[in-house]
Order: sequence, then C-alpha cells, then structure tokens
Amino acid sequence: MPELADILPPKPDHRRLLIKLLAIVALAFAFGFALVPLYDAFCAVTGLNGKTRGPEKIVAGGLARAALARPSSIDTSRIVTVEFMGTVMPGLPWEMQPVTTRLDLHPGELHQAKYRVHNLSDRTIVGQAIPSVSPGLAAQHFEKLDCFCFAQQTLGPGETKELPLTFIVKPEIDKDILTITLAYAFFNVADAQAAAKQLGSR
Amino acid sequence: MYTAADPADAHAHDHAPSGFMRWVSSTNHKDIGTLYLWFSLFMFFFAGALAMLIRAELFQPGLQFFQPAFFNQLTTMHGLIMIFGAIMPSLVGFANWQVPLMIGAPDMAFPRLNNWSFWLLPAAGTLLISSFFVPGGAIAGGWTMYPPLFIQGGIAYDMSILSLHILGISSIMGAINIITTILNMRAPGMTLMKMPLFVWTWLITAFLLIAVMPVLACAITMLLTDRHFGTHFFDAAGGGDPVMFQHLFWFFGHPEVYIMILPAFGIVSTIIPTFARKPLFGYVSMVYAVASIAFLSFIVWAHHMFATGMPLGGQLFFMYTTMLIAIPTGVKVFNWVATLWRGSITFETPMLFALAFVFLFAIGGFSGLVLALVPVDIQLQDTYYVVAHFHYVLFSGSAMSIMGGIYYWLPKWTGHMYDEKLGKIHFWLTTIAFNITFFPMHFLGLAGMPRRIPDYALQFADFNMIASLGGFLLGASQLLFLYNVIQCVRGGAPAGNRPWEGADTLEWTQSSPPPYHSFVTPPIVK
Repeated sequence: MPELADILPPKPDHRRLLIKLLAIVALAFAFGFALVPLYDAFCAVTGLNGKTRGPEKIVAGGLARAALARPSSIDTSRIVTVEFMGTVMPGLPWEMQPVTTRLDLHPGELHQAKYRVHNLSDRTIVGQAIPSVSPGLAAQHFEKLDCFCFAQQTLGPGETKELPLTFIVKPEIDKDILTITLAYAFFNVADAQAAAKQLGSR
Repeated sequence: MYTAADPADAHAHDHAPSGFMRWVSSTNHKDIGTLYLWFSLFMFFFAGALAMLIRAELFQPGLQFFQPAFFNQLTTMHGLIMIFGAIMPSLVGFANWQVPLMIGAPDMAFPRLNNWSFWLLPAAGTLLISSFFVPGGAIAGGWTMYPPLFIQGGIAYDMSILSLHILGISSIMGAINIITTILNMRAPGMTLMKMPLFVWTWLITAFLLIAVMPVLACAITMLLTDRHFGTHFFDAAGGGDPVMFQHLFWFFGHPEVYIMILPAFGIVSTIIPTFARKPLFGYVSMVYAVASIAFLSFIVWAHHMFATGMPLGGQLFFMYTTMLIAIPTGVKVFNWVATLWRGSITFETPMLFALAFVFLFAIGGFSGLVLALVPVDIQLQDTYYVVAHFHYVLFSGSAMSIMGGIYYWLPKWTGHMYDEKLGKIHFWLTTIAFNITFFPMHFLGLAGMPRRIPDYALQFADFNMIASLGGFLLGASQLLFLYNVIQCVRGGAPAGNRPWEGADTLEWTQSSPPPYHSFVTPPIVK
C-alpha cells in the first residue's frame, strides 16, 4: 500500500506560515508585558489610578520656584479638604500615624503635613512609602513638591521620626471634588520578598 | 464535485489502529476531534454538577449545605471549567472533525502537534479539578482571578495558574494548526470566499486565540511572580496596581467571549440553511460581520470595569464601541432570519437548537446592550442580571449551538442516526428548563441580588427557588443528551452519506462515518 505522502499533492509551505503565526504569538506575549509600562505612562498622564507624580518631576529649586510662582493663582472661592492616612504593610514592624489628619485649604496654597513613624523592632530597617490619592482623578492635580515617599526611609532600632510632605492642590482641580484622601502604605524594602511571601500566605 | 471513492478503495485506506494506544498516539484529526468532544462532555458534566450544588445552596435563603468559602470555590470553578474545559475544547473538537472535511483536506496541517494539543488538556484538567482536594480548597476569588484575593490564596491558586498556562498553550497550538490547515490545505478551487461559514468563523477565532491567549499568559505569570518572586505588578503596597490586572485580564477576556461564540455562529450558519433548504442569506456580509465583531472585541474590554472609576471620556468610548458590536451581530441575526424566509423548513433536532439559539442569543445580546450603558452597568455590576446575561449568551448561545452541532454531525461522525424523538425531548426540556433557570435571574439582578454570595435576603426567595428547580431540570435533561449520544455511537439506523437533504458541504460527499483517511485525493470545487 502506498505511503500517504506519495499520494498527497505537494505540501504547501506550512513552515513559513507557522513561523509567522509564532511571531504573532510572541508579539502578543511581549505586548502583554509592554502593557505594564504603557499603563503606568497612561496613568501618569491621566491620574487614572490615583498615583501622584514621583520625584523625577521636581527640578532643582522647584520648591522655591513653585512657592513663589503660585500665590497669584490661589483660588480663595472654594475649600478642599485633604485627609491623610497611613498604613504599615505586613513585614514591616513599624507604626505610622498622620500628625496632621486633615487640612481644609484653598486650591493653590502651599501646605505641609507630617507623619510620625516609629520603629518597633531592635534593628535598623529601610522602608518605602507608596502614596495613593482618592478619588483617582484628583491625583494629577495633587502636586507634591517634596515628600518622604520620594526616597527610602531608614529608621534605627526604636527610632521615631517625623516625615514631612509639601504639596499644592492645583487650582485646576475639578470643582466637584470636595475631599481628597491621601493614603500611604509603608513597606519593607530590605526584605520585600519576605513581605510579599507573608502577604501571600495570609 | 467530488464523489465518494468506490467502497473497495475506501476499505483499503481505512486502516484505523485499534485499542488504547490508538487514542494516545493518534495523529488523525477525526480521532483527536472525538477525544476533544468526549473530554469537553466530561468537563461539561463536572462543571454542571458544581452548578447543581450552587443551585442547591441557593434553593432557600440561609446557609443550607456549604460554608461560604466552599460556595465561592463552586462558583469560581464552575465558571473556569465551563469556559476552559467544556466550551473551548468542544469547539476545537468541532474544528478538528469538520475543518478538514469541509475544505477537502486529508488531515490537519500539523498532526503531531494536534495530538499534543489534545493530550495537554487531561493534564490541565486533572490539575484544575484536583485543586479541590489541597489544603485551603480550590480557587475561590471568581473565574476572573482578580488580585489582591488571588495573590493571597493557597496552593490551589498556583495549580490553577499552571493549569491555565497549559490550557493556553494547548489553545495556541490548536489555533496555529487550524489557521495553517485553512490557509494552506483547501481543496483546489475552494477560494476563501467559497469556504463554508463554519470554517470562516474558526479562521477568525483562531486568530483571536493567538492574539489574546498570550496576554492571559502574561497576566497570570505576573500573578505567579507577585505571589512567589517578590514582584509587585498588582500589589499596591509595592507600587503596583490591582486594577491593571483587570485591564490585562479583560483585554484577553473580551475577545475570549467571542472565541466562545464565533464558532457557534458558524455552526448555526451551517444548520439553518440545511433545514431551510436555502443557501445562507448574505454570505459575504456574514463573513465581514464576523471579522468586524472580532476587531471590535479588542477595543471594548473596559466595559467590564465601569465600576472601577474611569474618566468620562473613557466611559463614553467603551460604551459606544460596545454598542457598536450590536450592528454586526444584528446583521448576522437578520441574515439568519432572512435565510428562513420562504424556506421549506423542517424542524429536526439540530434545527430546533439553531432556532432557539437565534431567539435566545438575541435576548442575551439585548441584555448585553442594557449592560453597555454606563449608568445602568454601575447599578447592575456584580448582580444576577449579569449572570442572566452571560448565561443567555454562553448557554443558550454557545452550549446550545454546540448541542445542535452535535446532533447535526453525529450521523456523519458515527454512521448512525440518533434517536430523533429523544433528541426533541432533550431539546424542549433544555430550552424550557434553561429559561426557568435564567430568566428569573434578570429580575433578581434588577432587584439588587448580588452574585457569588451563598445567602440572600428573603425577598429573593421565590425567584431563587424557581431558578433552582429549573436548574435541576436543566441538569437532569442533559443526561438524556448523554444517553442519546452513547446510543448513537453504539448503533442505530444507518445514516447514509447525506442524511440531511439540504446539506451541501463537502463532508456529506464522504461515507458515514467517513473513511479514516478522507480526501486522500482532493476534491475539485467548482
């Protein structure tokens, strides 16, 4: 009996098509991961996910210049309430409380707020605070000129620190937004992996 | 047109191996199609049994049988297994059986790859099902696997991620095989625009699969590294964003719903012309409609996320593009109806399923339009209205067209006629029980009953009891289906080459069942 291959008409070039299709698969896979930075860039522009801008936006002398440039643009016709919150994530033996719990301010005014953090353990630990602004759409108008979240913070055994942030709620903020909540989550940098594990095992 | 080879010749080529190893090592598209279909039937009954447990718990308010944690496992696994274990593999099974037969090809383009695509499935299915028995039980955060819940669970979560990876690899390999077969192995004279619509829908579906399954693989890989390797893609504490997962997931998830419905469109577009005894109305517009639905599916994903907060512009964009899908879908529904117009219609079981599909899928489409409206969607998010909507498109859409397709092609596949009377009883019980089960869920959702909760407020009790009774009937009537299929495989009236006089695609030129190696000499399509 003849082999099947002898009976069949000449085989079309499957291999070339296969390579093209595999390329689509690879591109789609790469695209999935590319969505992560794309999403971050998109959110940085729109403030969609409630993240405020990082330190890279602050140029040298930015604090003074912003402070000087702003007074004329203070919107005294309305008041926005800013609430401050802080959480310490599992794996970081710290305590964190806002010293300033809320501020009523006019958009455009320069303000400072403070958080108190205390290291409960007997070793030196490095922590990093991650901010989140709610409602998310307010994030792009919540400009931090200086913030303890721009850098990692080191606390010695039993040490207590007051950590400041300086910010302006920009006058362009939507008139419908009356309250902004700024929440920080502190997490352990030194053993971020352990923290992730602990979070995972809960 | 090709005519069947003379019986002696067919017999000479018909050297099917036998025994257990035939199935393990088979590279034959018919064998592999059969394996896919049996696998999906098993998974259909398994996930259906989970649904019976869900409806038993919801029969009355209060906790009757299960703790909430286990109830959550039931809803999650019911969804996951039905989608990845039942509907998707059964459609690939149809593709394996029908695509080569309908385009006049001897087999799939990559037969060994085909074998591997299938045999990954039992491994993945075993992994998924066995996660019920590990400490902490199966995954319970919903089939959408949202973090942070999904990052916090036990070992079952890792097993499910691995299982989904395997299922995804299987789907991608299957899709590559199908595309290559369709593009390279059509019989002489069969141009793309002469392909049966079922083949067209699968060509487009396969492209959707290779474009979005890798994105799902990305998303669940990120979940895995967030769980074990200290990354923070979705962990807000580490600078990640749980909402980003929803974007990634639904970028896969929305095309996924069309992956499950487009081949069903293809099946219905094959059945209706056969029993209306008229060619499909508007063939070209049908092809373009499928292609436009596939394209639109990539730009509507965030309509699943209206409640997460979105700028007005985004809400409007996703609302309008979602509603736009109604246009190509409407084209298809009108074409099916126009095919029926002045046809000489008979109501065999496959036709009954196809007609029920058109009617019930349209209801599901309309409730989808309701949900596309942002203010309505924010109100109805995570209520039983959504459950009703997607069961109308997935059960009376995909699953019932699959059943219709099985009745339609079973005579071809087995060589025997199924029991028509039993088929009709199965159809009517299924359709009636389906509506008893899911229609009241619209009212429950509008009244505010949340999904995925084992208990509910007293005012929802009556409709839930009705839905549960319907659900039990729906589950029991599928046993008739199983019985009918098994009886048909075992024997019955000989089907002949072409049991449906209105059927005109190439598979009906072959004997029933077709020889193990069909179209060894390609047919000429004029």
